[in-house]
Amino acid sequence: MATRVLPAFGSRRSIHIFERNFFAYRSQWLMFVSGFFEPLFYLLSIGIGLNHLVGTLPVGGQRVSYATFVAPGMLATSAMNGAVIDSIFNPFFRLKISHTYDAVLSTPLDVTDVALGEVWWALSRAALYAASFIVCMVLLGDATSWWVVLCWPGALLASLAFTCVGLAGCTYVRSWQDFDVVTLVQLPLFLFSGTFFPITLYPRWLGAIVSVSPLYQAAALLRGLATGQFDALMILRAGYLVALGLAGLWLAARRFRAILAP
Amino acid sequence: MTAQDGARDIVLEAQGLVKRFGSFEAVRGVDFAIGRGESFGFLGPNGAGKTSTMRMVSAVSQPTAGTLSIFGLDPRAHGPEIRGRIGVVPQDDSLELELSVRLNIEMYGRYFDLPRRVLRERADELLEFARLSERADSKVDDLSGGMKRRLTIARALVNRPELLILDEPTTGLDPQARHLLWERLYRLKREGVTLIITTHYMDEAEQLCDRLVVMDSGTIVAEGAPRELIERHSSREVVELRFGTDTHDELHDALASHAERVEVLPDRVLLYVDDGDDALRGVHGAGLAPVSALVRRSSLEDVFLRLTGRTLVD
Repeated sequence: MATRVLPAFGSRRSIHIFERNFFAYRSQWLMFVSGFFEPLFYLLSIGIGLNHLVGTLPVGGQRVSYATFVAPGMLATSAMNGAVIDSIFNPFFRLKISHTYDAVLSTPLDVTDVALGEVWWALSRAALYAASFIVCMVLLGDATSWWVVLCWPGALLASLAFTCVGLAGCTYVRSWQDFDVVTLVQLPLFLFSGTFFPITLYPRWLGAIVSVSPLYQAAALLRGLATGQFDALMILRAGYLVALGLAGLWLAARRFRAILAP
Repeated sequence: MTAQDGARDIVLEAQGLVKRFGSFEAVRGVDFAIGRGESFGFLGPNGAGKTSTMRMVSAVSQPTAGTLSIFGLDPRAHGPEIRGRIGVVPQDDSLELELSVRLNIEMYGRYFDLPRRVLRERADELLEFARLSERADSKVDDLSGGMKRRLTIARALVNRPELLILDEPTTGLDPQARHLLWERLYRLKREGVTLIITTHYMDEAEQLCDRLVVMDSGTIVAEGAPRELIERHSSREVVELRFGTDTHDELHDALASHAERVEVLPDRVLLYVDDGDDALRGVHGAGLAPVSALVRRSSLEDVFLRLTGRTLVD
């Protein structure tokens, strides 16, 4: 069909889910503002606070300040945290509590459109937050290269991966209590994915496990972009995030269908 | 089917329609055809397969087997196109609580790719139709149950559907709200909209449906106009007798000769008869003295209970 972008991943009608969210959140602008400040606070507290204590760290062939090291990790973390809100908490509410999607599926939209539309929404918000974060990085002097602008699309790849996997995960959530499990996954990812220190400090086997973490791959990708050091591995990292995103979106749509239109 | 059926314009036709969930068969091969402008009812106890059938005829879920044609199209291949011409009023309102009454209609219209300018006009008309114009800017959360239901119907009409599917439209409403809703549905019917209605209220089915089917355990057990079904499956009148004792069972034989059919319930005995007053005279003449007696016309509820049983289904 002509209206299909990719049959398995939804059609252009998915944009109406974005529209729906825009109207629903229009009155909740305060929440948007908090999304700007959260990563900025991390940047200020960890960057400025620890910068003088830690000294310099090696990134690729360079030695960079701790603030420069940690900022891309915070950007990746902010992409993850944003995705948890936009792909797990909010869609869970619409899926299981308010039954918003049930009403939507009586219209020409399909489950794939619903899933894809939530991704558009999450990515749009992520794009705003990432842009403001990168501006702050530059203003605080944490970026050592103008290539830092590539952190913007890089952060969106991270958001894509986290959003799509989160959306699939959201379909397995049974009640609000299950969000403890989400936190249980989110927190160790945040602390141990090479966001605060290089994973070369881990024993080899542990480093290998951590390198599977999408947050690690996102942080490493963004770190390379922020310092303008490119290597072939970055293509793999980007590819990994995209692959996770597509797999997550495919599973999310399948699960949505099983729940909403069995 | 009669000869007249062959000539009419069929909006929806199902043949051998089956819906299975794993090993559970919710709908076990049902056939029906609905003509343009007709209002068609699905009755049945909980678990009869009504909701599964509704989801299939609204092109939301796919049949497991059998053929389904809506507007002459196969929902497997033309789902979005078909849904674009249908309006659905679900059992739970599933309205957007964060949005205003007006935005609920306008946003829903966007899902049908309708331009905003058109939607502003339609929202005005529909708010008028649902008698909600004064509440246009209220949040949905603040509306009463009846208002929410009317808004759900208004929302379902935003794409000017040819077919409107209503799943228990008046459950939980007070009599005033029900009558207002019925009146609005009549109006739509007059305008040529085809209606599909499920309901637990037999008076509603008698009022609204030209034709209906009774479903039980996934199959259709009866089909026809409400009046026809009463004639076919029940007597003309029913006499309800109460004897004020616990020994109704013993009365069965004594009453059997006075009625076409006798049904003994824990609190009363029902006599299905052609002439209620005549039967009652016979009962008195036989020396039986009920504490109370009521003669009434047979209703669709009698048909329903006869066909689907009195056992509570969960």
